Amino acid sequence: MKLKGIRVPHKKHTAQMPPVRIPVPKTVTIPMAMHIGRPAKPIVKRGDEVKVGQLIAEADGYISAPVHSSVSGKVQKIDEMMTAMGAKVACVVIETDGLQTVSETVAPPDVHDLKSFIDAVRQSGSVGLGGAGFPTFVKFSFNNDEKAVDTVVINAAECEPYITSDTRTLLDRTDDVFSGIALLKKYLNVKRYIIGIEGNKPEAIAKAQAVASQTEGVEVHVLPPMYPQGGEKVLVYNTTGRLIPQGGLPLDVHVVVLNVTTLAFIAKYVETGMPLVEKCLTVDGSAVKEPKNVIAPIGASIADVLESAGGFKSEPAKVLYGGPMMGIAVPDLTAPILKNTNAIIAMDEREAQPPKTTACINCGACLTHCPLRLDPRAIAKAYKKGEAEDLKTLCVDLCMECGCCSYVCPAKRHLVQTNKLAKAVLRNYQAQQKAKEGAK
Amino acid sequence: MSQMISAVSPHFHHPRTTRSIMLDVIIALVPAMIASVLIFGLRSLMVIADCVAVCMLSEWVFEKLCKKENTLGDLSAVVTGIILALNLPVGVPLWQAALGSVIAIVVIKQLFGGIGQNFANPAATARIILMTAFSSSLTNWAVPQPFNFMPDATTGATPLALMTKGETESLPSYLDMFLGNTGGCLGETCALALILGGVYLLIRGVITWHTPVAFLGTVAVMSLVCGQDVLAQLLSGGLMIAAFFMATDYSSSPATKWGKIIFGVGCGLITILIRFWGNFPEGVSFSLLLMNILTPYIEKLTRKKPLIGEVDN
Repeated sequence: MKLKGIRVPHKKHTAQMPPVRIPVPKTVTIPMAMHIGRPAKPIVKRGDEVKVGQLIAEADGYISAPVHSSVSGKVQKIDEMMTAMGAKVACVVIETDGLQTVSETVAPPDVHDLKSFIDAVRQSGSVGLGGAGFPTFVKFSFNNDEKAVDTVVINAAECEPYITSDTRTLLDRTDDVFSGIALLKKYLNVKRYIIGIEGNKPEAIAKAQAVASQTEGVEVHVLPPMYPQGGEKVLVYNTTGRLIPQGGLPLDVHVVVLNVTTLAFIAKYVETGMPLVEKCLTVDGSAVKEPKNVIAPIGASIADVLESAGGFKSEPAKVLYGGPMMGIAVPDLTAPILKNTNAIIAMDEREAQPPKTTACINCGACLTHCPLRLDPRAIAKAYKKGEAEDLKTLCVDLCMECGCCSYVCPAKRHLVQTNKLAKAVLRNYQAQQKAKEGAK
Repeated sequence: MSQMISAVSPHFHHPRTTRSIMLDVIIALVPAMIASVLIFGLRSLMVIADCVAVCMLSEWVFEKLCKKENTLGDLSAVVTGIILALNLPVGVPLWQAALGSVIAIVVIKQLFGGIGQNFANPAATARIILMTAFSSSLTNWAVPQPFNFMPDATTGATPLALMTKGETESLPSYLDMFLGNTGGCLGETCALALILGGVYLLIRGVITWHTPVAFLGTVAVMSLVCGQDVLAQLLSGGLMIAAFFMATDYSSSPATKWGKIIFGVGCGLITILIRFWGNFPEGVSFSLLLMNILTPYIEKLTRKKPLIGEVDN
């Protein structure tokens, strides 16, 4: 049995398009928080000359990631800015010189054992490129003498509509992907590797299978062409048959999940020493004139990227970081490309208009389509009444916010949005319970 | 640059809406409506028009008075009107049909909060109330006169009444029962038209197979066990229209897979109990109403366990 989900229009218009590099923008704005964890601490100041690949901010604490300059030029300012996620964060703004001079510090790292490998991954600034942006090296920091991990699942599901950047990684950078696997084999002492690809990418599947058949320990797993196959819980279950427990991590079922582009990047970094300074992303959506895949320096504005895709067919009414199912709407086009941005989707007025919400008709579509078998209808009722105990019974904390429920709802109710709020209610309630118990 | 739309994900939605679902149900009811006109004449159309118009009017007036948003556009009032009309005999006085419509919309649907909130099926409950209040005109079954659009008002017994009385030798043929050439309510006699509509709803994904299969299956098995004529039981009374169009009503039946099966089995059992041992020849409406009341409990019992531990089917 496989965990399913919903059929969404794939809209993979750009699957056949190898990425093209965009022209060097005039300025880049590089936020210090492009990962989960503490923001990085800037080590450059106004007026400093910087080069491509130069460290401009250090990781702050364990769960954090360093940040490097994606361009050569001069630091114009370091400023607090509001991100699309709604948090204020320091950003390094660099005026480019257009030369893209590579920093002298860029040199292949010395990798000879597990420790030096993890160190290198840490220095590379690598974060989960599939979306969440979790610092990659943390995932490798387990003790495998105790058989903590026996399988690495490589996430190439790419289940969001429009996005094809991971597909391009598999097609254009197949060698990087497999040298990445070779590195993990060598240093992590894990024998089994599963590449999970959604069935709607026959070319990528064929290419991966061809190489995998000659590589020991690598399997290609074709997933049903349904959203959200790339969701961690769904992916791990559908590839290994193991269910990540409530509130747990893949590590709890002896699995590490790695996005395919992250893996390709790590291989490239070990080979060249060029840190994470640019990103392949899909530019598409109903308002985009020439949908395509591009490679953009991190910190380039969305406007720069959209311009390279021929600008607009019609006035964009909504622009997203990421795909239409889980993407985040940006306030304006000056927002920068982040490490974990895998697509920019610009929607025209018609595509962007949120549908009208009507009364729940109790059809049950939300609960039959939830991949994790939650009951969003009951959760919404419990949330409205403020019943935290009910929310606990309904396991709202399990919700991965994939949005299947909202997508299928004929009344267009804000179900996943309510789930998010309900999760916060439950968290508060559980914190209070804990505090009460502590007081006893 | 104009103001950008800021909204939380998802930014894509399935094209299906409440209105499109209701439109599908109306389309699925078209064969039954055509059959009713062919079998019982043009007065069928008058009863349908009467019920639909009064349902829509009472929804509009109620929402106007309560300063609620007008929901005529979702077409659910039209569906209620058609289903109620199809559950009435052709000779029903129009004012009684209108009263039933008001009861269905105002008392059973709107007073409980409108669409999705009613615990009971509006059409089934309205029919029960009319039956209790005006039992003579509600059990005055016209003799079918196919393709005679202005039939004379002769009346006769329904197949169920004949079976209850034990006069099985005067039962119409299976073919007549399948095509609807028997006495009964407007839309309940023609099994062919109802099955066509039901299949359409299944294909469109508006309903699932669980309720109709469980409902019809239970009636078939129980008839067999009780030594009754299985086909005659399946093809007579309001069974077909109830199994496909009324027991599948979203708001008054369970949303879970097993819930639908239990609901269908329950409806089948109660229908059989009333048909074989009750005072009424027909028990479909009562079975619906009784199972409607149990719906919240059935749903609670059959809710799927969230994926926290073992994965089972």
